Order: sequence, then C-alpha cells, then structure tokens
Amino acid sequence: MEGGVAYENDLNLKETELRLGLPGTGSSIDKGVSGARNNKRPLPETREEGGANGKPDAQHDDQENAPAPKAQIVGWPPIRSYRKNSLQPKKAEAEAAAGMYVKVSMDGAPYLRKIDLTVYKGYPELLRALENMFKVTIGEYSEREGYKGSEYAPTYEDKDGDWMLVGDVPWDMFLSSCKKLRIIKGSEAIGLGCGA
Amino acid sequence: MNYFPDEVLEHIFDFVTSQRDRNSVSQVCKPWYKIESSSRQKVFVGNCYAISPERVIERFPGLKSITLKGKPHFADFNLVPPDWGGFVYPWIEAFARNNMGLEELKLKRMIISDECLELISRSFANFKSLVLVSCEGFSTDGLAAIASNCSFLRELDLQENDVEDHRGHWLSCFPDTCTSLVSLNFACLKGDVNLAALERLVARSPNLRSLRLNHAVPLDILQKILMRTPHLVDLGVGSYVHDPDSETYNKLVTALQKCKSVRSLSGFLEAAPQCLSAFHLICPNLTSLNLSYAPGIHGTELRKLIRHCRKLQRLWILDCIGDEGLEVVASSCKDLQEIRVFPSDPFVGNAAVTEVGLVALSSGCPKLHSILYFCQQMTNAALITVAKNRPNFTRFRLCILDPTKPDAVTNQPLDEGFGAIVHSCKGLRRLSMSGRLTDRVFLYIGMYAEQLEMISIAFAGDTDEGMQYLLNGCKKLRKLEIRDCPFGNAALLMDVGKYETMRSLWMSSCNVTLGGCKSLAKKMPMLNVEIINETDQMDISADDRQKAEKMFLYRTLAGRRKDAPEFVWTL
Repeated sequence: MEGGVAYENDLNLKETELRLGLPGTGSSIDKGVSGARNNKRPLPETREEGGANGKPDAQHDDQENAPAPKAQIVGWPPIRSYRKNSLQPKKAEAEAAAGMYVKVSMDGAPYLRKIDLTVYKGYPELLRALENMFKVTIGEYSEREGYKGSEYAPTYEDKDGDWMLVGDVPWDMFLSSCKKLRIIKGSEAIGLGCGA
Repeated sequence: MNYFPDEVLEHIFDFVTSQRDRNSVSQVCKPWYKIESSSRQKVFVGNCYAISPERVIERFPGLKSITLKGKPHFADFNLVPPDWGGFVYPWIEAFARNNMGLEELKLKRMIISDECLELISRSFANFKSLVLVSCEGFSTDGLAAIASNCSFLRELDLQENDVEDHRGHWLSCFPDTCTSLVSLNFACLKGDVNLAALERLVARSPNLRSLRLNHAVPLDILQKILMRTPHLVDLGVGSYVHDPDSETYNKLVTALQKCKSVRSLSGFLEAAPQCLSAFHLICPNLTSLNLSYAPGIHGTELRKLIRHCRKLQRLWILDCIGDEGLEVVASSCKDLQEIRVFPSDPFVGNAAVTEVGLVALSSGCPKLHSILYFCQQMTNAALITVAKNRPNFTRFRLCILDPTKPDAVTNQPLDEGFGAIVHSCKGLRRLSMSGRLTDRVFLYIGMYAEQLEMISIAFAGDTDEGMQYLLNGCKKLRKLEIRDCPFGNAALLMDVGKYETMRSLWMSSCNVTLGGCKSLAKKMPMLNVEIINETDQMDISADDRQKAEKMFLYRTLAGRRKDAPEFVWTL
C-alpha cells in the first residue's frame, strides 16, 4: 500500500503540468501548454505517440518496455484512489515475483554475484551494470567482432547448456534462455571474436 | 385536507417517503410545513456546508436518520487537498447536545475522527446503522468504540474508506450480547482481523444477511462462516487463494450449495487466477456481481462465470473481460440494468475494451439504463448506434483513457455521438464525457438534455459559448464540474442567478480569474465562492487578472464556513 500512497503524493507534487518523456526524466513542457490556457488543445498534437493509433493489445503486452510514455495528468483517468491502490500492489507484486536472478561469475574473482535481469531494458544497460559491478571495461558489442578492444567478453549459458556470446540474439530471447552469466578474460575472450 | 386533524395528516405523510416529495409537501401551506417537518425522520443533506446542524435540528426535531455529503466529487480524483473540509464532528456534537434520537448515519466523502465515533457510540442509545463511503480520518479504534457501545447495532458498512488499521481487536469488542447484526462490511480494511472473534460474531448473529470480508480472511474461514449463514443474501469474499484439489475447496463447494439465498457477490480481493467454478452454483440466482477489485482473475474465467448469471441486474467488472466478454454479457444478461467497466491498468493508460463492447451491451440488454465505461477509444457511429438502441439511459458516463482522443475512425470530434445520446435519451440525469469535444456538443446538450442534473466535463470545448449553452439550456442542472476547459469569466458571470438553483459548481484549470470570482461572490451573497490555492501561487490582494486554479462554489444558508483551512479563501 505504501507504493500506492507514494504514487498519490507524486501526483500532487507540482505535477499539474503535462510532461513528455518517461516519468522521472527531466523534460517537461512549458506550463502554458497544460490545461487550456491558450485556448489551444495541446494534448492531441503532443501526445500523438500514445493515443491516436492505439493498438491496445500490442501495447498491453509490452507494458515494461512501453514505447509511448503517457503524460501523467493529475486526476486522470478519473478513478478513486482507493480503487487505484487496490490495483497497483498487485502489479508491484507480480513484477517482483517475476524477477529473474542469475549468477554472474568472472574469471579471477573470488566469489560470484547475482543480478536480476528483468531490471534492465536491454543489452547496453546490462553491460554497463556488469562493468560497474566488476570494475572492468567490456565495451560495445559488434556482430562481426564481438567485444573487440576489450580484455573481457560476457558470455551466458543457455537452456541447451551451451556457452554463448551475450548480444547475438534479441533481448527477449536472451531473457528467456539465459541460465547464468560468465565474464571471460584474456585469450579465451579474444578467441570469441569472429575473424580475430 | 384542512379539516383533518394533525394526526391524520401525519399518518398520510408517513406514506410519503422520498425527500423530494416531502419537500414538496412542506411547501403547500404553513400547517403542512409544520406537520411534515415535525414528523420527518429521514433527512438528506447533499452538501454539509449548505446548512448548519442547528438549523436542521430546529426544523426536524424528530430526526432519526441523516445522510451527509462533504467534499466535492472531484476529491475522489485527488483534485481537492485532503484537509479542505467536510468534518462531521460539529454535526454529531450538535445532535448529541440536543439529545436527538439518532439511529442512522450515512456519510460520503467526509472526515470522521475516532473521537467522533466514540461520541456517536455514547450519545445515541438506539444507534443502529453506520454507513461510511469514501471517508477518512478514523482508525479501527473508532470502530472498536462503535462495536463496544452500540448495543442494538444492525449495520456497519464501510465502503472504500481510508482507515488507519491498528489490527483486528475491534471485532472482539462486539459484546456477547450483541446479536442484532444484519449487515457487516469491512472489505476496505487493510489489516488482519481476529478470525476467531469473527467466527463467533457470525455464529451469534442469526439476522446476518450481508457480509463483506477483507483480504485477510482466508478461504477456510470463509467456508466455516458460510456453513453458519445459510440465509446470507450478500457475500463479499475476502481472500480467494487456494489449491483447487484441497479439502478446503471441497468444503467450500459444499457450503456454497447451502447458500441458496445469495443474490449479491463481490470481493475476491486476493484472487489467484484459478477456477471460479465453485461459484457457478450460485450464479444463476445472482442479481449483483462486483469483480472490479479482482485483477488477478483472467478474462476467460470471467466469461465462463458470466454465462451462468442470467438474472444479473448489476455488474461491476474490469476491462480484462474484453469486448468479447462484453458480448457474452450482452447475450447472457438480459435483465442487466447497470454496468461499470473499470480499467485494470490505469497507470499504463491502456484499456482492453473499445466501442465494440459498448455497442454490444446497448444492443443486447434492453433494460440497461446506467453505465460507467472506461475504454481505449470511441466513435461517433458507435455512440449514435448506442443512442438508437438504448433511449432509456438515465446515467451515461464514458471515459476514454486518452481524454482528448477523437473518433478512432474518422478523427472527428465526438460531438455528434454525444449529441445523439442526449437527444435520444430523454430521461438522462447524469452525464460524463471525454474525447475530443468542441463547443458544438454543449449546444446539443443545452438543447436536448432537459432532465440532466449532473454533468462532468474535462478537456472539452473551445470558447465561453460552450459553458453558456449548458447553463442556458439545462434547466434541472444541479451539479456541474469542469476541469481543464477554456471557459472564462464571460461564461461564469453570464447568469449568476443560476447558481442558486444548483447545489454546486467546480471549475479547475479553466480561464476564470480571481477578479471574475470576486465579482460573482459580490453579486451573490447566498453563495460561498471558494478559491483553493494550494501552492501559494496567489495572494488574495494580488492581481485580479490571475487565473483561479481551483474554484468551488455552492449555495448555502449557513454563510461562510468557519473551518476552512488557510489555503481556502471564501470570497
């Protein structure tokens, strides 16, 4: 329930203006655009990405990677807080339960770590997190050369038990097949780049 | 009639129960006013600030039952700061001081403290019924006082309140001598309850007909309770998480078989998406079903359940039932009168139903007259079809999640669609609209909506003319609430006398200025014109040309209220 209350407070705090961009990002429209102060109808034009061609099913499934962030309007949709709060904890519970923790090992490190893959939206974020966690540089992925230029390469064990280079397959496919991660180092790593 | 003695008139007036009718009776002549007023037992006060408690007591000394409403409707959507007002204490204190024989109290959107609940429990020996809807300010300690001291309590009905929960000891406070309970609803309580005390309470309440449990009551307790309440008419399931193969589940099925009187089902506050087939047994007799707090139940389960509910009159459901599910409703529930479809994921902002579901309902359910529908999109064609199919709508509330979305097919505003609704539904009393709307829709409403009493508008209209059409046309308008519309002082001040015929007007994020509001307040001393200034943007002495962000005005006999917080200015 705390989550619900926090949400309400967020809405009340100066959120009388419309904002484009993901909630939490800095970009916001000039206050004059909100409401109808200029006798204009700002909403349809500026919020097109969300509404006009609503494909309800596609967007419904794609909740966590919602491509069109809806601007948060105070008091909209008009649902009682009590009702909103009764829905939200379920969502939070579901997301927490769905968390995917996998072990991460790195050659030379004294112990393994664990990360929740569902927290990341894609490969770049995951790689940055790994770099942070192990204080190494992994660099950018390229299909041709793997992680060339780096001493390290991130690999994962898939459902078949094979060790694969991280980054080859689409993110969602990776999420569903990754069992554990291993950051390999040195000559082994170089060997993974094609034509290295 | 003037030759009848007073007792005879009083006896005749006893048959007149609706408040509106009794108000009419009291206006016929002085003797009738006197008799009606002294004999009236049930009073409804739609705005607690419209009249003082002392005045009510003076006029209705025989008052036994009172309904009070506090905050404006838009408070439900966080548009009104929490301490705006709506305190019930002065009323209770006045009733207690004047030794009123209060028996029933119903509050909506008010603030009631534990001290107040304690005062109620000690001041009114015959207190029988407490119904709190969307209230706050109290904890389970206050409920404990009611339970302990109201020896003849019949009804304790808590609907969607924000209650501070100090855990379940309040249930144990009902004394062993309390056997009068008819209705107990604590579904909105967030904490645990003393399950043993609950079972004992149910066991000694032979008149219990309505029981709504909170999420903390597990299935095995539910099953035990149902075995003791075969005459239950209204059931609210708490937690519905179970292993379908368990003995508990089988016992539940047996218990449900005995409950032949259940007509109303709700709850499932914690529901795993498992089979509801145990409840298929009672579905054929259900007239009311509320599954709108059960997001865990899948659309397929809902559709299976609905097919068995052939006598349903009232349905509250989540949009995960889908258009397909609404088609099942339309074909199965021919007695349906009221439906509410809520969004199961309001945060992401996508609804799982569209105009297709709405049209299906209008076509399949001949008695449908009241609807609240949250949807992804709408079209004029659909609304026109709905209007043709269902001229008997009395309440029509449509909420498109994207509030300014035009017709999904033609990209036109939805003026024609809503115009068709108000034209066709001659008995329409309540209307809420959304989607792209111009001044034109208000022209239609003003022209056709003769019975309209309450209207809610958001992000609509182009000029002052929109609001002017409304105020000019709707003769029976009582409540008007507007947000984020380009209506300004010209509209506000066009017909100031109109507001005395209405209960209230709310305008937020519109173009009315401080100056306009001041001018209105000056002309109409019988109105309280309140400016809600939350963020210190304005100074009362500041520029009158500044926009009034939130304005709430209402007619009143009580003058300016004394409990207004600092950020509320009564002009």
